[in-house]
Amino acid sequence: MDRYLLIVSTACFLVAIAHTILEMRGGIFRPMQFNFFAVGIGFIFQTAFLSIRGGALGRCPITNLFEVIIFVAWSIALFYMVVGPAYRLSLMGAFTAPLVVLLQLFALLAPIDKPHRGRLPANSWLEFHASISLVAYGAFALACIAGVMYLVQERQLKTHQLHSIFYHLPPLTELFAAITRLLWWGFVLYTLGLVSGFFVGEPLPWIQILCASGVWFLYGLILQGRYLHWFAPKRVAALCIIGFSAALTLLWGITFTAQTHTP
Amino acid sequence: MNLFCVGLSHHKTEVEAREYFAGHVESDRALRNCGCNEALVLSTCNRVEVYAAAESVVPTEQIVRCLARAHTIEVDGHLGAFYRYEAGDCVRHLFRVASGLDSMVVGETEILGQAKKAYEAARTTGAASRYLHRLFQRAFRVAKQVRTHTEITRGAVSVGSVAVDLAQKIFGELRNCKALVLGAGEMSERTARALVSRGVADLRVSNRSPERAEAVALAVNGRAVAFDQWLEQCGEIDILITSTSSEVPLLSQEKLAPVLRKRIDRPLFIIDIAVPRDVATDVNALDGVYLYDIDSLQSIAEQSLAMRREQIAAAEEIISQHAAEFDQMIARGLNCPEKTPDRPAIGKNSLRTSEL
Repeated sequence: MDRYLLIVSTACFLVAIAHTILEMRGGIFRPMQFNFFAVGIGFIFQTAFLSIRGGALGRCPITNLFEVIIFVAWSIALFYMVVGPAYRLSLMGAFTAPLVVLLQLFALLAPIDKPHRGRLPANSWLEFHASISLVAYGAFALACIAGVMYLVQERQLKTHQLHSIFYHLPPLTELFAAITRLLWWGFVLYTLGLVSGFFVGEPLPWIQILCASGVWFLYGLILQGRYLHWFAPKRVAALCIIGFSAALTLLWGITFTAQTHTP
Repeated sequence: MNLFCVGLSHHKTEVEAREYFAGHVESDRALRNCGCNEALVLSTCNRVEVYAAAESVVPTEQIVRCLARAHTIEVDGHLGAFYRYEAGDCVRHLFRVASGLDSMVVGETEILGQAKKAYEAARTTGAASRYLHRLFQRAFRVAKQVRTHTEITRGAVSVGSVAVDLAQKIFGELRNCKALVLGAGEMSERTARALVSRGVADLRVSNRSPERAEAVALAVNGRAVAFDQWLEQCGEIDILITSTSSEVPLLSQEKLAPVLRKRIDRPLFIIDIAVPRDVATDVNALDGVYLYDIDSLQSIAEQSLAMRREQIAAAEEIISQHAAEFDQMIARGLNCPEKTPDRPAIGKNSLRTSEL
């Protein structure tokens, strides 16, 4: 039953994408309000799914790869809802929706929703550690999306080929400021998640610690490079995309090892 | 009651002819004396038009005589330049004019302000009453709808405004931006003025002739900078406008790259309006530097204009629907309540559905 909620949620995000494509084909691109509402409704269904699943499990629903992916997708939509309109980046909806759809379709189609044998022991530190780290992933994902927007606009400005989408993107410097803010949000939340991992009370596999530290180090390096002027804004934007791709791969590794180590 | 419009515009007449018939203080009274119950003169640099409501037919010649600024003007010789639209055609024409579809630069919005001003003036003097009130109020709504639901006003269509728009796309608010004008030509001064009008407060001017730099700086409320310091200034500024008469490029990648190291996270927007160009094209390859010369600015202006033209069909559809409704309303009599949906039911791709 809860999977139907997820299907409806995915359909909402698909509507946002279809709307954007139609607008672009018509030579008009102004998806702000529509996309905001489509993503908003999709987010409500995501939340409903996570609530039902959490209620059934009696804990935060991040017990297998399927739930982890949905939780990340939910975090992305959450950051979009909170951060997007505040920084006048509503156009992010056009870029957020495809990423969420990709994650949710993979989660729905791949045979990864394997229930745990028996009831998992409740550990509030472990739940806090895992959930806060995944919310941080939402911020990194949005930084990645803002990075894509930055590169799209930068490319058009460099080549002097201004398409309809150009006129609806936020100014370059504002986008870069948003990327920096999102990186900070993600980095602080991820640090909290990492530190709370030491209070879990049970030994974590060394590969998990290594992967988590790798993600933390990567984003620390991007922020360091941004403030010490090692990287130009264009490179920071590109690194946000590379960083999130790497973080997603490592997340898969962490979840996989967590599943194989859970009794 | 007959609604009609008599006028001439940039399409068929030179500015001299439009000047002869631009109307005068007595035009309103003269129009009423010749049989118009209501009359409004819309006079702009591109058109002179009379919108009127009359119980009987008022000949074009009489209307033209009311507009002539002097008795000595040979009216008969100019009659052929005037157009006349009756009833539905008049309504449609006004809707097109107010929406900027009949303008020299398609989609310009200044005409709407001018039409509002003309209407206000006529309303104050009592020259515009029931019919023209309904007609113009509807025209303003149509223009607003066209502007909101199509891309007809999208993009800048002049070199100066393209440059300023691009600056805003790079920096957002221009209040905190610093700009340097290198070379004190007329075009760079105009662009600098446009930047100041959009909020740039720190404007510097550098020229081989210090006196000329001072004069331009004074004119644009900026400050003069010695010509041998302009390259150093590139480390501080956000926008560089160049228009010197130098035969060789003044700025190259080798010269600019060391200066940029100090400002790696701040973009530099260079507007090179000099011919021959002041900035070598390879400068555009530097990270964070956006170089636009006169041709690229012109090309963007043309792209915008082409984009606006593509939207004409969508705008015409909105206008047609409103014009048809207005015709029906006139046929039923003005006392019938208006049935004017905010959203006209028109074809796909013609409206911004997200806005509705």
